[in-house]
Amino acid sequence: MSNVPADLRFLKSHEWARLEADGTITVGISDHAQQALGDLVFVEAPEAGRRVAAGEACAVVESVKAASDVYSPVSGEVVAGNADLGGQPELINTDPYGAGWIMRIRPDDKAQFAALLDANAYAAALAAETH
Amino acid sequence: MVDFGGWDMPVNYGSQIEEHHAVRRDAGMFDVSHMCVVDLRGDRVRDYLRRLLANDVAKLKEPGKALYSCMLREHGGVIDDLIVYFLDDRWFRMVVNAGTRDKDLEWLRAHAGHYGVSVEPRFDLAMIAVQGPNARTRAATLLEPSFAERALALGNFYGTGDDQHRFVARTGYTGEDGWEMMVPATEVAELWARLRAAGVTPCGLGARDTLRLEAGMNLYGSDMDETVSPLECGLAWTIAWEPQDRHFTGRAALTEQKARGVPRKQVGLVLSDRAVLRSHQKVIVPAVGEGEVTSGTFSPTLERSIALARVPSQTTDRCEVEIRGRLLNAAVVRPPFVRHGKIAIPV
Repeated sequence: MSNVPADLRFLKSHEWARLEADGTITVGISDHAQQALGDLVFVEAPEAGRRVAAGEACAVVESVKAASDVYSPVSGEVVAGNADLGGQPELINTDPYGAGWIMRIRPDDKAQFAALLDANAYAAALAAETH
Repeated sequence: MVDFGGWDMPVNYGSQIEEHHAVRRDAGMFDVSHMCVVDLRGDRVRDYLRRLLANDVAKLKEPGKALYSCMLREHGGVIDDLIVYFLDDRWFRMVVNAGTRDKDLEWLRAHAGHYGVSVEPRFDLAMIAVQGPNARTRAATLLEPSFAERALALGNFYGTGDDQHRFVARTGYTGEDGWEMMVPATEVAELWARLRAAGVTPCGLGARDTLRLEAGMNLYGSDMDETVSPLECGLAWTIAWEPQDRHFTGRAALTEQKARGVPRKQVGLVLSDRAVLRSHQKVIVPAVGEGEVTSGTFSPTLERSIALARVPSQTTDRCEVEIRGRLLNAAVVRPPFVRHGKIAIPV
């Protein structure tokens, strides 16, 4: 059973988003997604300064099994990509909601964050997917 | 779990990369019961196999000795790749792939009558491959002492059995030392549990694929099939051209292809950039032509992506691969990439 933290928001495509105290949004992929992908071997995170639109593919995670796009949950400007993932892509496997974060975005409109799936809705979507 | 030739098989038990390293550094095991053991018996079984296989079983002189071969259609396409064991003058044993089992049996039976050979698939047997530098010593502790002694004395590509349908061969699909152990299916769950207790790591299809690819070994259905001849998939070494008067099935077509010039060849690729080669990606050889990745993966030993690819025969040392809309540089190398735990190509 995968871990779905109650304080995060999610996309159906298995990204998570966390609203930080400074108003930025941290983005990664869910525990379910890392389990399904298996061992991560490469991560291409976006560079700071890049403009992204909600729903835009802006990072790539590649595992031994498959490559997968990571979609931005909100529109805004990337303020940081996780540089540690370059040398340690396995951080996504070991700590998907912590050290395995992928990018941090300053959103144009915080309402986009509020409209994302909450933990219950995402857990329900996962249950529907696996049944 | 995935469907593999009608068998439910795990891609990985835990971390695929850790399973891979367990085999390279210590000992891992694979449930390969999906592979089909076929016993072939008859007074003329040797003549029969000399006709059906592109490699020559006349090379097998000592009981227990094994040979890797392709079985070909008349037009030279590969029906299957297999291992055949010489057990006695009336008895050879073949191990064939799961996905090709039905057509293999059909082909074997279609030609058996003329030679008076019986074709018996051994559905009563299961198989575990125990692979890695410590695999044999770990597994040997589980065998009856005199059988263990015989099994430990086996040279590479030899097998030996007991009188209870157990058979151990020093073969594998990983580039490491190890055994493939055939036992009655009724015993296999217990053998698996005992191997696990002896410190052998369970490994899934995922690690099996990265290990065989590092070892430069072909996968039937990916790297070759009936549209490809052994000359085009890196298996020219398995064709026994001598003696010239042995008329194996496919010989005429291969001879003609060789005379005409083989247009494609199989090579190994090592990707310079950070991405992963996957099957069916397009290979571009500037000023020469195009080819295709036939199987690709991330190599845990090299920590880079590697692949087998079919490319124009004039290809030399560099090419480009189209990955997600970009052209990335790859070095063309001669497999294996890894052998006995050591990197075997220049990096």
